[in-house]
Amino acid sequence: MSKDKSEYLINRKDNQYEVVIGLEVHAQVTSESKLFSTSSTKFGAEPNTQVSLVDAALPGMLPVINEYCVKQAIKTGIGLKAKINKRSVFDRKNYFYADLPQGYQISQFKDPIVGEGKVILDMPDGQKEVGIERLHLEQDAGKSIHDLDPKNTFVDLNRSGVALMEIVSKPDLRSPDEVNAYVKKLRSIMRYLGTCDGNMQEGSLRADVNVSVRRKGTKEFGTRCEIKNVNSIKFMQMAIEYEANRQVDLIEEGQSIDQETRLFDTKKNETRSMRSKEDAHDYRYFPDPDLLPLEVSDDFIEKLKLEIPELPDEKKKRFIEKFKLSPYEATILVSDNETSNYFENVIKKSDVKLATNWIIGELFAALNEKNLEITESPISAGNLSKLINLIKDGTISGKIAKIVFENMMEGDKDPKKIVEEKGLKQESDPKALETLIDKVIDDNREKATEYKSGKVKLFGFFVGQVMKVSGGKANPQLVNEILKKKL
Amino acid sequence: MSDITKQSLSELIKNIKDKKLSSTEVTKAFVERSEKSKELNAYITEDFSAAIDKAKRFDEKPNLDLKLPGIPMAVKDLFCTKNIKTTAGSKILNNFIPTYESTVTQNIWNEGAILLGKLNCDEFAMGSSNETSFFGNVQNPIDKDLVPGGSSGGSSSAVAAQLTPITIGTDTGGSIRQPASFTGTVGLKPTYGSCSRYGIVAFASSLDQAGPMAQNVKDCALLQEVISSYDEKDSTSIDFKRNNYSKELTNNIKGKKIGIPKEYRVDGMPKEIEDLWKKGIDYVKDCGAEIIDISLPHTNYALPTYYIVAPAEASSNLARYDGVKYGFRADGENLIDMYEKTRSEGFGAEVQRRIMIGTYVLSSGYYDAYYLKAQKVRKLIKNDFDEAYKKVDAILTPSTPSSAFKIGEKTNDPVSMYLNDIFTVPVNLAGLPGISIPAGHDAKGYPLGLQIIGKAFDEQNLLNIAYAMEEKINFKNKITDWWIK
Amino acid sequence: MSIDLKTIKHISKLSRISVNEKKAEKLAGDLNSIFEFIEKLNELKTDNVQPLTSVAETTLKLRSDEVKSKNLREQIIKNSPQENEDYFVVPKVIE
Repeated sequence: MSKDKSEYLINRKDNQYEVVIGLEVHAQVTSESKLFSTSSTKFGAEPNTQVSLVDAALPGMLPVINEYCVKQAIKTGIGLKAKINKRSVFDRKNYFYADLPQGYQISQFKDPIVGEGKVILDMPDGQKEVGIERLHLEQDAGKSIHDLDPKNTFVDLNRSGVALMEIVSKPDLRSPDEVNAYVKKLRSIMRYLGTCDGNMQEGSLRADVNVSVRRKGTKEFGTRCEIKNVNSIKFMQMAIEYEANRQVDLIEEGQSIDQETRLFDTKKNETRSMRSKEDAHDYRYFPDPDLLPLEVSDDFIEKLKLEIPELPDEKKKRFIEKFKLSPYEATILVSDNETSNYFENVIKKSDVKLATNWIIGELFAALNEKNLEITESPISAGNLSKLINLIKDGTISGKIAKIVFENMMEGDKDPKKIVEEKGLKQESDPKALETLIDKVIDDNREKATEYKSGKVKLFGFFVGQVMKVSGGKANPQLVNEILKKKL
Repeated sequence: MSDITKQSLSELIKNIKDKKLSSTEVTKAFVERSEKSKELNAYITEDFSAAIDKAKRFDEKPNLDLKLPGIPMAVKDLFCTKNIKTTAGSKILNNFIPTYESTVTQNIWNEGAILLGKLNCDEFAMGSSNETSFFGNVQNPIDKDLVPGGSSGGSSSAVAAQLTPITIGTDTGGSIRQPASFTGTVGLKPTYGSCSRYGIVAFASSLDQAGPMAQNVKDCALLQEVISSYDEKDSTSIDFKRNNYSKELTNNIKGKKIGIPKEYRVDGMPKEIEDLWKKGIDYVKDCGAEIIDISLPHTNYALPTYYIVAPAEASSNLARYDGVKYGFRADGENLIDMYEKTRSEGFGAEVQRRIMIGTYVLSSGYYDAYYLKAQKVRKLIKNDFDEAYKKVDAILTPSTPSSAFKIGEKTNDPVSMYLNDIFTVPVNLAGLPGISIPAGHDAKGYPLGLQIIGKAFDEQNLLNIAYAMEEKINFKNKITDWWIK
Repeated sequence: MSIDLKTIKHISKLSRISVNEKKAEKLAGDLNSIFEFIEKLNELKTDNVQPLTSVAETTLKLRSDEVKSKNLREQIIKNSPQENEDYFVVPKVIE
């Protein structure tokens, strides 16, 4: 990897290769019931307890589409600045698998509900635009469990029929870092919109990763491989890293790359071919005759536009302009809706600069350490705001504030109370400070003489001594002033 | 009262409402006749004792305001019936017991009717002679070893033989009208979207429609009134104003314009069919309607179109029969082996043939040449009708190119079997309502039917025309009860 | 055009219906005669015709997002060929 311009390249002897990546992200639509049936989508239920007659594909059962899922897809499309197709068509993708009860998946092939759009990434060397090819609605499959029995596979259809949005990017991504930023941004946009919870542990967000390589400077794309169903950003990055190197090695050896579907083995950290060529899939897509074309009016779309909240890019812009945050700070604070809400609540009644530093610095570090989300923060926005005001009005010093903060992390206590109870209030009474300082000078006569004879460096020593004696509570500014006078 | 089973549905309802007959008497009469008629093989599943129990319960507290008060009825085994085995005529569903009820049958039970049993049909409704059923072929009560038509062959046989006062079938390419024609009965295929497809084992979703099969037009109108309903559980169900078809039925069709499409005069059409058609034209004129020559130029392309569209949809609709969730499963060494054996042993030859055709026309490289092409031609066929209906109110054609044929006569030649549906298939492709009414006999004394095709959602007019013609034709079915020893 | 045995085997694979030689030959014969009569469609020029997917001239109706289906595990699994209280069971999947 070359350092300048943070370009991600794979180097071999005389050649440098660029990696071209496109993502097909499968995002579970946040909804109560499934895309074409009325069973629940709740995660974690007992096997096969959320399976309707439609989901189990019993004879004569028919799909009826969930309006909310349609709205969610359109909202996501709006969030991706994409074209909303007023007419879209559901197709059947035909293949046999144990966890696909109908023998086909209802998806959208030729006419997706959302067309081209874009996502802006904030990379260290500036912004990067990634094109969105399309977004379509489709059904999730059930789950096959292979390790419960040596001879049999067990099938749980709870997920069968849950609505997914497949978001297909253009092959615009060039590095694992960009993939990281892209997935995070996509996730952030959907979480702002409330269209997908983005929970990767529960499988709400997974991706098929298309990887190809080409010599640096060439325009043509190489042959791509599709790595199926990768369920964490880290694995996506690892898979790309491995796959790109594998392809480069093949090219360097003068071999060709087969266009194929591959699987990422997380234990061995390698990708491998999934299906033999004889069994090449032919999905026989055709419009689902049980469903009519989906048509939405301008009015329907306009009403949804009114429901779109301020999205990360707009919010970031506002934070920079209104609160004078740096782009770096703004990017961090808008990364998810909960964080930005927290931030805005804190600064309602306190200083922006201090609030920004405390949230990005102390709070994030503390939450990280305890592995908590911002929504689970032991310190409420209101109390953090109070703490910041205590610093601002000189009641406590920054250093003492850290102690108070630690106390607050143990339980959401009012910082004022902590300060009072523990007697942490800053000493700003000049008389009390003078007494303290007199004592320190008395105890260090020799050093005081040295100071007076020109060893001005010793001033710091005296400040330190005063702070120490005061238990850190002495107002540093006043200490400075008085010390100067007295010495 | 003797000869209960000879009464029409309307007569039975009147007698029950007038308390001249009880539901139990009526039900027992049809059960008894059904028991004596096993040779017809019309039933796949009998539910006779339960039917009599239900009839008794009905009589204890009779609700005579219902449209089908205590009327026993057998239905095609393509309708899922709660807790009653539903096979679709296939081995693959031989042991399948639904826990739910189709909307159409539910509508029937809601009006007070009682299930007698499930009637034989071609496997997954794929056939024109009822010979593809896993449960054996059905005899046509008209004559021994004659097919009753298909796929609703058990239904047509049962109505003609008076094993049930009335019944329902399904029609994808002619499966109600052709068997009605072969058995001297009346069969209506309603407008697509008129009757819910919920709970009906699917064959070809864009073509399938349930409809009534009866001894006369009035009975047919009454049952259509009961089964036609808007259903939120079927996305292709259409919300339109539904008439009280039987109440609004009239034989006054004066001034109606009836189209005669020249393209239905096919090569090699038997003279007796041509004569029948001419006779039909005369009857229509007698009723005071006007005859107008029309053209449906793409008629000849309907059958090839149908044999792409229907198998394509079927190949996908039948993918769910894989031995995983219900139905027959063959042992297999692994999942794929199990699939292949299950489907190879569970489906009969005709079903496998159609799955193969459908898979082929949808497969990569052939989709545009076949499936897309067929959809375009389907559009042309529909346009033909749209054009015609600018000039006429309904269209009159023969129902079938021949009368009923012998069992086994066409089983080895799929194409000649498919040609049976040449007059009925265009109606399904265009989603229109069509009715077959008995209109005469051929030289062998076998019944022949005429088909009237209506405008979409215009079942009332269609039934009126059929009603008026029925009166003029005054058809008498020649049934000798040859199978009763 | 004629459908050969290789094609028959390919589509039987896609259809998950096993065929032996004899069956494949019979199917090839049947399909060829059926496609012979299907080829009639090629007489028509359809370049500018919009395909018709559904005759129902209405748009898709949308249902509200409500959970109505309850836990049906017992009745759904009841019909399954291999007994198990919680799961559908199939022979091992081999990738």
